Amino acid sequence: MNDMLTRDELLRRAALGAGLLSMPGLLAACGGGNGGSGGKRELAKTMRFSNWTYYMDVDEKTKKWLTLEAFKKEFGVDVKYTEDVDSNSQFFGKIQGPLSRDQSIDRDLIVLTDNERFLATVIDKGWAEKLDKDAIPNIENLVDVQRHPGFDPDREYSLPWCSGMTGIAYNTKLTKQPVTSMEQLLEDKALKGKVAILNSFADTLGLVILENGDDPGKITDDSFSRALDRVQAAQDAGQFRGITGNSYTGPLASGDLLACVGWSGDIEQLHLDNPDLTWVIPKAGGMIWTDNVLIPKGGDAYTASVFMNYIYDPEVAAKLYGHIHYISPVKGSREALIKIDPETANNELFFPTEKTLSQVHLVDPAALKNQSYNEQWQAVLGV
Amino acid sequence: MGFFHRHRGLTPYLLLAPGLAWLAVFFLVPLGFLAYQSLQSGNFDVGYSFDWAWGNYWDALERYHEQLTRSVVYAGLATVFALLISYPLAYWIAFRGGRWKNLLLVMIIAPFFVTYLIRTLAWQTILADEGPVVGIFRDVGILGDGGRLLATSTAVVAGITYNFLPFMALPLYVSLEAIDHRLIEAAEDLYASRLQAFLRVTLPLSLPGVVAGTLLTFIPAAGDFINAELLGTPKQAMIGNVIQSKFLELTDYPSAASLSFTLMAVILVLIAIYARVIGTEKLTG
Repeated sequence: MNDMLTRDELLRRAALGAGLLSMPGLLAACGGGNGGSGGKRELAKTMRFSNWTYYMDVDEKTKKWLTLEAFKKEFGVDVKYTEDVDSNSQFFGKIQGPLSRDQSIDRDLIVLTDNERFLATVIDKGWAEKLDKDAIPNIENLVDVQRHPGFDPDREYSLPWCSGMTGIAYNTKLTKQPVTSMEQLLEDKALKGKVAILNSFADTLGLVILENGDDPGKITDDSFSRALDRVQAAQDAGQFRGITGNSYTGPLASGDLLACVGWSGDIEQLHLDNPDLTWVIPKAGGMIWTDNVLIPKGGDAYTASVFMNYIYDPEVAAKLYGHIHYISPVKGSREALIKIDPETANNELFFPTEKTLSQVHLVDPAALKNQSYNEQWQAVLGV
Repeated sequence: MGFFHRHRGLTPYLLLAPGLAWLAVFFLVPLGFLAYQSLQSGNFDVGYSFDWAWGNYWDALERYHEQLTRSVVYAGLATVFALLISYPLAYWIAFRGGRWKNLLLVMIIAPFFVTYLIRTLAWQTILADEGPVVGIFRDVGILGDGGRLLATSTAVVAGITYNFLPFMALPLYVSLEAIDHRLIEAAEDLYASRLQAFLRVTLPLSLPGVVAGTLLTFIPAAGDFINAELLGTPKQAMIGNVIQSKFLELTDYPSAASLSFTLMAVILVLIAIYARVIGTEKLTG
């Protein structure tokens, strides 16, 4: 890719060639604006960043992104921040066309989740720029468990943005008794028609696989079918009111749902408005997932790497992760936060202890890529 | 000037050219590409290749005839309901709206300044179990005590009806508005009752609006997936949901393309039958 021109790049160079006056611009073009290690090592004026909602600390009054403002102050880089990732598959659907044709998607950083197959696909297809590791000395602050993921064993292309846990959310007032197992969620008649499950199979089937006593980290045809049959049976019995993406929060808050499969951070946010809502790791165990940043082909690897280095500074991370209700991948960020906001720093869900982390599991990456598993799961979703 | 005088025969074609070019680039080319893609086989990781894989079509029909049928039924019901709601509405605005006409028309369109997704999400609140609609339905006994509206076929059909209502109401209004009142007066002078005058004068004259409205409602409704996704459960999945899943979740582009073509074919056949029954001259008025 470094010696291949994108269409954008070609046009830009043609324009420069016609102008032939702007020396700095010309030099930049000769440097091959595509970055990557050994590419241009000059900060861009703006960095374009696509992320999920609720993933950046915001000043409630001015509506400004605090961390991004601080980064701009220090490095002079204006971050064009867009919250346009709302589903891995839909975002992938949007970017796969241009990326497969070697066209830029006009982003320097994007975020995808490791519990769906699209993150691995982008890396495997060669659609990601390498990180400029020389610009990220703070990578040493990356927590140990995140250093060698299957989809990117040496962290050449990706870095964790934050992690979250999948468990069971329920309304303590309406269910009368705690809902702490998938057995209750799928089979308890008292919850019939008032339950929702998440539509990604790593989240929902992962929990059912654990309930069955099987290992979600090594999914076999047998353990997959056992879990799938159990979900299908619950579906046929009318147990579910819906199978949703991130749209379960509204019905849960309104009481239409009594219990559902949900993410730790979401419920923590809802809990502030409605103290009856709670979230637990099921007795048989929960799932953990991580959203990872990537530099899509054509993105400015150097600027993006400098930015990630900034985020991986424990002091910066403390402020960011103290706000966003998801788990920080940066060593020392909790310690730094204790000084400014001890209550948040001691919240089990934002900064989980070893004991909590030992109860949550990673999904088998091979299962994510298994087309037959994906098709069978979609069939349970009625499509 | 001189050119057009000399080549007068060319003028209609020149006027048609922008429209035709638009259609060719944005409709025919993608359609051709879709047809090509629907006959490919392979998988996303190694890539898809063209090999006349007609099997995609049989698979589509065999595995998803249920969702396909459901789409036609839901879209059909929504079209009928939209017609029943819109006709009196459009009739009233056209004949009795007076100086409020424009305001009333704006009111029909007003909700559509809000995006489709948000409008549909709002129905989650309107139809919520503890919401006003379910409360009233329970009080009057339409719904049992544990009954609900959300996550049922009723909610999906209601959502589609609501979302496509203006596509029905506006063409109806246009054709009703154009009716010459003197024709109705003449019918009444000739001793027609008001009902007879409506059935033999107003209704036939408004048929072009009915036809246009039903087509504009039925065709997009059959391919809709937002309402089934947000207001229904997997048991209400429509063919649009299947196509979305094939395209985005499974990156199985050939299946998605063949399902799209199948849906298109089904709609074309149904419209052909409809046009046959009602008579094609009604389409053009």
